[in-house]
Amino acid sequence: MSATTDSTTMTKAVGSAHTRVEGVAKVTGTARYAAEVPHPELAHGWLVLSTIARGRIRSVEDAPVLGMPGVLAVLHHGNAPRLDGTYTTPFGPPDRGLQLLQDERVPFVGRPVALVVAETPEQAREAAEALVVRYDEEPHDVAFFADRPGMYTPEGAEQGKGDVAAELAASAVVVDARYSTPEEHHSAMEPHAATARWDGGRLDVIDSNQGSRWVADELAKLFSLDPDAVRVRSEHVGGGFGSKATRPHVVLAVMAATVLRRPVRVVLTRRQMFSLVGYRSPTEQRVRLGADPDGRLRALDHQAECLTSTVHEFIERSADFGRPLYDADAHHTVTRVVALDVPTPTWMRAPGEAPGSFALESALDELAEKCGIDPIALRLRNEPAVGPLSGLPFSGRNLRGCFEEGARRFGWADRDARPGVRREGRWLLGTGTAAAAFPTLSAPSTAAVTAEADGTFTVRVTAMDIGTGARTALTLVAADALEVPPDRIRMRIGDSEFGSAIIAGGSMGTRSWSWAIIAAARELRDRLVPGAAVPPEGITVRSDTSAAVGALPDMERHTFGAQFAEVAVDVTSGEVRVRRMLGIFAAGRIVNPLTARGQFIGGMTWGLSMALHEEAIRDQASGGHVGADLAGYHFSAHADIPAIEADWLDDPDPHDPIGIKGIGEIGVVGAAAAIANAVWHATGVRHRTLPIRPDRVLTAGAGGHA
Amino acid sequence: MREFGYERAVDVSSAVTLLAGDPDARFLGGGTNLVDLMKAGVERPARLVDIRELPLGRIDFTPATGLRIGATVTNADLAAHPEVRRRYPALAQAVLAGASGQLRNMATVGGNLLQRTRCGYFTDLAKPCNKRAPGSGCPAIAGEHHNHAILGASAHCVATHPSDMAVALTAFDAVVSYETASGTGELPLTDLYPPVGDTPHRETALPPGALITGVTLPPGPLAERSRYRKVRERASYAFAIGSIAAALDVRGGVVREVRLAFGAVASRPWRAREAERVLLGGPVSAEAFAAAADAELAAAEPLPHNGYKVQLMRNLVVAVLSELAEEASR
Amino acid sequence: MAPSTSSAITLNINGEKYTLPVDHRTTLLDALRERLDLTGTKKGCDQGQCGACTVLIDGRRALSCLQLAVAAEGRAITTIEGVADGERLHPVQRAFLELDGYQCGYCTPGQICSALGMLAEHADGWPSAVTADVRPEAEPPPLSAEEIRERMSGNLCRCGAYVQIAQAVARAAESPLGETEERVA
Repeated sequence: MSATTDSTTMTKAVGSAHTRVEGVAKVTGTARYAAEVPHPELAHGWLVLSTIARGRIRSVEDAPVLGMPGVLAVLHHGNAPRLDGTYTTPFGPPDRGLQLLQDERVPFVGRPVALVVAETPEQAREAAEALVVRYDEEPHDVAFFADRPGMYTPEGAEQGKGDVAAELAASAVVVDARYSTPEEHHSAMEPHAATARWDGGRLDVIDSNQGSRWVADELAKLFSLDPDAVRVRSEHVGGGFGSKATRPHVVLAVMAATVLRRPVRVVLTRRQMFSLVGYRSPTEQRVRLGADPDGRLRALDHQAECLTSTVHEFIERSADFGRPLYDADAHHTVTRVVALDVPTPTWMRAPGEAPGSFALESALDELAEKCGIDPIALRLRNEPAVGPLSGLPFSGRNLRGCFEEGARRFGWADRDARPGVRREGRWLLGTGTAAAAFPTLSAPSTAAVTAEADGTFTVRVTAMDIGTGARTALTLVAADALEVPPDRIRMRIGDSEFGSAIIAGGSMGTRSWSWAIIAAARELRDRLVPGAAVPPEGITVRSDTSAAVGALPDMERHTFGAQFAEVAVDVTSGEVRVRRMLGIFAAGRIVNPLTARGQFIGGMTWGLSMALHEEAIRDQASGGHVGADLAGYHFSAHADIPAIEADWLDDPDPHDPIGIKGIGEIGVVGAAAAIANAVWHATGVRHRTLPIRPDRVLTAGAGGHA
Repeated sequence: MREFGYERAVDVSSAVTLLAGDPDARFLGGGTNLVDLMKAGVERPARLVDIRELPLGRIDFTPATGLRIGATVTNADLAAHPEVRRRYPALAQAVLAGASGQLRNMATVGGNLLQRTRCGYFTDLAKPCNKRAPGSGCPAIAGEHHNHAILGASAHCVATHPSDMAVALTAFDAVVSYETASGTGELPLTDLYPPVGDTPHRETALPPGALITGVTLPPGPLAERSRYRKVRERASYAFAIGSIAAALDVRGGVVREVRLAFGAVASRPWRAREAERVLLGGPVSAEAFAAAADAELAAAEPLPHNGYKVQLMRNLVVAVLSELAEEASR
Repeated sequence: MAPSTSSAITLNINGEKYTLPVDHRTTLLDALRERLDLTGTKKGCDQGQCGACTVLIDGRRALSCLQLAVAAEGRAITTIEGVADGERLHPVQRAFLELDGYQCGYCTPGQICSALGMLAEHADGWPSAVTADVRPEAEPPPLSAEEIRERMSGNLCRCGAYVQIAQAVARAAESPLGETEERVA
């Protein structure tokens, strides 16, 4: 093999389908996840969680437990190492929920109050279950409902223009409707797990997360360590969806490894995940739309409410969704929040957009019905030329193209707009549509590309592949940038030592990491002298995209999509089955069509699951969940998922080096609304509360209004 | 989970002898419910007696004696058996509607009958539950109960029995055989589960230490025209919110024989005898089916959030009986 | 006298014998992952509600999280590590790879083992909950998309790769669904 690059080779890896580079490892079971890397002398930590929703720990009766077989330590607020809580993170103030075992306060059910460490998992579990913790309990408040006392408007959560009241009064047609979405959980298949050990003065952590550099930096700050003394690796991650930030398991694993000076593994149980890794806040939303008879919007008012904990403020910004989407003379969006005695919610796949699009895109459908015009025509009638609130130009906006292509393929033109008129046996049939939009973000990242003496190239970037296909996509990007076939690229990711990089989140990972890889690869290519040998240590070029990303002009940058669904509803049993879904997206350059399809369809599957199944139930008396497991918290199973098709328009971003936007979340957006709108079309009943459960369908019947 | 001893029984008499001598012992069949509950801390046996290798794995059918199902037959083998599918299709359908392929391969018939409620309060040690901790209260009544009982519940417990299989067995007049260290016995399946009353922790009428050895279904052509329908909150791999097993014999436009049982509405599979009584000898029509359902459901005492089950069961009775009647008329 | 709470057992896994002492509480899943370094079998819920831990026991699919290791002695266990023929992928594995029947990969070994068990069950003529006529006299149900989805429903996938998984299973079963993408439009 030549030790030089051949500048005449033109590869076209980007845009053609490639199976995953780690695919064989995944289908043969050799891909190791965070809890699967063996260590000699490994000890096992088991969490003990609070059983009250508010109060103080009176005592942790650790003495009997310390005498149980195999028990090595019981860490609690009385003996745990102190943590620093004064640092800042790239996302604002730190989550005080990570100040674990630091004081006796209990802010919610399911808060860690102790970690029991033992020689085997069985011993740790039994000892943790045997640990008696006594509390001084205080009255708690976990009741979330519309317009409840304590709601406040956080900074930056309200935007508007015009006079909503006046425009509503002047409107020929008005929709004023309330929508509710429940508490939803990420439920990644791989429970959060970390193994921590000290290795010659350095902390070495294997953790399941969405940003190993981020976690390493945060651990360094929490434990007051030199950032270079912390290494976090996350080679394979079994799903994240927003839940895999720095989480209690890794902090406590490090704590225990520090106290015991031996490797400690902490794995969350499925039940523990329901209180420790975040969730999507329930929402109460009110949408008011005012329009002329032809559907032109005079007023758009979207008021959303969500909850947070008393520990840390997180806002589910549902009302933001409509800001770039539709123009109106008066345009007002606000999200309010109330702090309750519950765990802190967090980002969950399409945060804000998922519940926000359910409300607004349902309301648009209601408006179309009232105006007597087609739902797609209504949306296209309100297309803005520039950002409705910002006045900024769009970097690209192809919602119209998505609807036109989708309508053509779905057979929308043949649709009878009347609800409740199609039947097949016991099933009423209906179709629905909704728009999707999601911000296109990018963040500074670094990468290093090395030309090896054997003619291969090694790319090192703290990218994460949580199932998105990023490892493969980045391989293709690097191959094209280096003008070599993908099999000459060795893609190394998921290691904090590879430098600063954005997390896998916000649909911006692949775009941001690719940018850094391309910058380094192009410079490397310029440096390589054709025909000259590469030295044994290789030639490495590093990049940092901070300046380039910072120089992006201010624009409205979004991906767009059109969602279509057909449902069958049996109003005598309440069962709803989705028969088919189609999503057409304008989401930038598609790097790997094979895995991109999975991202879109996976998002749409989430939308279906949100529409019909997902709902965590909080017991008001105890303040904790009822049925905090995968039999109590349903997400869609195989049998729920019909043929789902996703496709995309050619839609390169003009300001990205190769046109990438982001595709991880747009598939969720609008999907639940399309299904709810189809359920209306099937039955004539609007379902404004998710999930559309059988009891709700049964109670609402057909032809009335729920 | 606390530590426990483990023994494999080789014959029924040694199995029941082992259990008779140790009140903290439990039989281990497929383990699909017991092992889960042990992990949750709900079950804390000191000893497990593994009965999977007992010679109770046969299914026998004769037209004279009916169907005899050994207690350690797996759900999967039961549903796959040709005579079950031919003679008792609702039983095969009920089993196939339950759990998943993996669980059906593990779970046994005896264990299925004795599985415990999936009430979210029962399985969470941090919460009160009269079934798990007698006297601690039933938070479901004022709390989350949208999938709890509407029939036969009490102020002490509103949990439901989760089995699908048992609903079909109840419709078919199944009889449960058991053995204890002091002998053998039989119980109609409808008597296996005592009323809830103020003792929701007392879940079976079996004598202490009894091992279910098998289930017998009487012969007869009625069961051949039977059907099981289950409604749940996702299309598969979920417990029922309402289910029905029905068999119907129609001749001359009149109901000659009928069997009806409901699932997910009570602490036990609910034999709808009142509905059967109303239907018998009566006309075959949606109105008659609805009237029969109403007669049965008149006893329903729904809670604030599970009243829909009354309508659901009524609709299922009408739908399934109408389907069976239509098939009979073909 | 209190009974012993541990035993020395021999497990037959992928045709190999492993002798080890086990705490009776140890599930087959934990024995595989924590004791035998066979970490291909995944722990998604540890309570029989997700299917990630699916293995084959005596040729039938089962959940290793609810199977006590001590009770698995004497039975033939196949894990994902035993599915491929050396370097040569099993057709089910190849179909998952080629059709992208996975994303994060964590449910994948369970999906593949479940698919193997399911295909054997179907070949044996077992009906499913969506089989219209369960009577043995009826034609065995073809492995339609609906049948595949119902039979695979014991394996949850949170990434939402069900569409591609069903397609991969169909291809491995040489069902028409596996050869052409199911069109919805």
